[in-house]
Amino acid sequence: MSIIKAEALRYKYPMQDELALDHLSFSIDKGEFIGIIGENGAGKSTLCQALNGLVPHFHKGAYGGTVTVAGKTVHETSVGELSTIVGMVFENPVVQITGAKLTVYEEIAFGLENLGLPRSTIIERVDEAIELLNLAEVRDKSPFALSGGQMQRVAIAGMIAMRPEIMIFDEPTSQLDPQGATEVFEAIETLSRNGVTVLVVSHQMERLARHADRIMLMHGGRLVAFDTPERLFAMDFSGISVRRPVYTEIVRTVQKAGGISAETVPVTLEGAAEWLVKHRG
Amino acid sequence: MNDVSLDLGGESTAFIGQNGAGKSTLMKLLKGLLVPERGDILINGKNTKDTSAAKLAGEIGLIFQNPNEQIFKHKVFDEVAFGPRRIMDAREAEARTAAALRTVGLFHKKDVNPYDLSLSERKLVAAASVLAMDTDIVIFDEPTMGQDEKGIRTLKAILEDLKGQGKLVLAVLHDMAFAAECFERIVVMAHGEILLDGPPEAVFANEEALKKAGVEPPPVMQLAIRCGFTERPVTKESFLRLYYERR
Repeated sequence: MSIIKAEALRYKYPMQDELALDHLSFSIDKGEFIGIIGENGAGKSTLCQALNGLVPHFHKGAYGGTVTVAGKTVHETSVGELSTIVGMVFENPVVQITGAKLTVYEEIAFGLENLGLPRSTIIERVDEAIELLNLAEVRDKSPFALSGGQMQRVAIAGMIAMRPEIMIFDEPTSQLDPQGATEVFEAIETLSRNGVTVLVVSHQMERLARHADRIMLMHGGRLVAFDTPERLFAMDFSGISVRRPVYTEIVRTVQKAGGISAETVPVTLEGAAEWLVKHRG
Repeated sequence: MNDVSLDLGGESTAFIGQNGAGKSTLMKLLKGLLVPERGDILINGKNTKDTSAAKLAGEIGLIFQNPNEQIFKHKVFDEVAFGPRRIMDAREAEARTAAALRTVGLFHKKDVNPYDLSLSERKLVAAASVLAMDTDIVIFDEPTMGQDEKGIRTLKAILEDLKGQGKLVLAVLHDMAFAAECFERIVVMAHGEILLDGPPEAVFANEEALKKAGVEPPPVMQLAIRCGFTERPVTKESFLRLYYERR
């Protein structure tokens, strides 16, 4: 059952000549883990904001087509109402931290307090988010005394505690070390297995390929491809500067040299190793 | 930092390790922004304790992880020209600024407000403002963060160019593939100490020490291990060579 549906979605920022989103049509099922890839400037972040209503309610400009999330038509629903359905973590955690709270714990509770939830519910949800994001050590610190990676996890925890049905992560691990990034991707996958629909913008192809059910490839505001990682990374992206997982690159090089063309390619470490050993001859 | 001794020069060097391992702190010490409590740091023979950070700025440049901590002018050109205008005559400063902006591919945006650029472009502006200073030593703190494929290619070209000019390039990195491909020497840090120091092939083959530092080998090496290779390649090309040799 689709929870997000876009039909001929078009959007142009004010004062710009070109469409930032160019006739996008797609649908996403509840509980899917969706990756979004493309060059910087391809429209990935703009698309995210078209799902949580910042486009067209906050960013004005020319807008056409429709997007529905959980049955609500985005351009007819207020950002406030959408915020309980669609949560978003921005690329730069500094813009997300409210600055109104003195500790990490209170920062994560901020959104829940604004929903007017009972104290016991708030405590339960904050504790859960702190555990999921491994933030127990810093719970009493000021959010601004943290490293970039820790701040990024606090921003994620604040969103997760709100328990929206749809969660959007815009480069959620850009400031994390590899171990921290692995933990965050695993936490996101756990959310998706529990029925949350997640969309993740990232340049970390190995991680997206491992976790995503389907990946959107965007270019110049258009949706070039939307398929499983195994099928998408088997396609030729001529003229688009997007890298594939390193494992896939190696397999494709061997396939090309051997004149093999395939509609799917292995995209994970394990899958690629298996293919390579099998085809060693 | 706990009893760290290092001799840097000649080889481009990447510092890896978990968040909080002390990598960025070490870079700030080298740059003279922090002064060691005990021990000494010599940059081109000058002790950072006796030389102001301003004086050192002509010899060592640091590109911050977060460009927002570095950028304060209203135009990209003025931002990049700020440092050079303080140590060179106006004409040379203009020329160097233009050259640095061309190197990072942002000359066409010279009149734009840096805060109207994307984060990845802003990181390149921050890089240009250090490149324009023409220092002997250039430090990149997490340069690949948020960069797409094109940005990574631009970075690789910048690093190669700097190395070609005989400059010492240092970087703090979480991207192991980039570290292994672009740097001749890798220093692994944990808890303010140095755990490993050597060429990428040797450092990334030391699985035990990497585990202790919470670092994974680059994807290519992981694939080689998984395929049962005894060798430890770090680039795609060396992997493929070994793969075909085995056929």
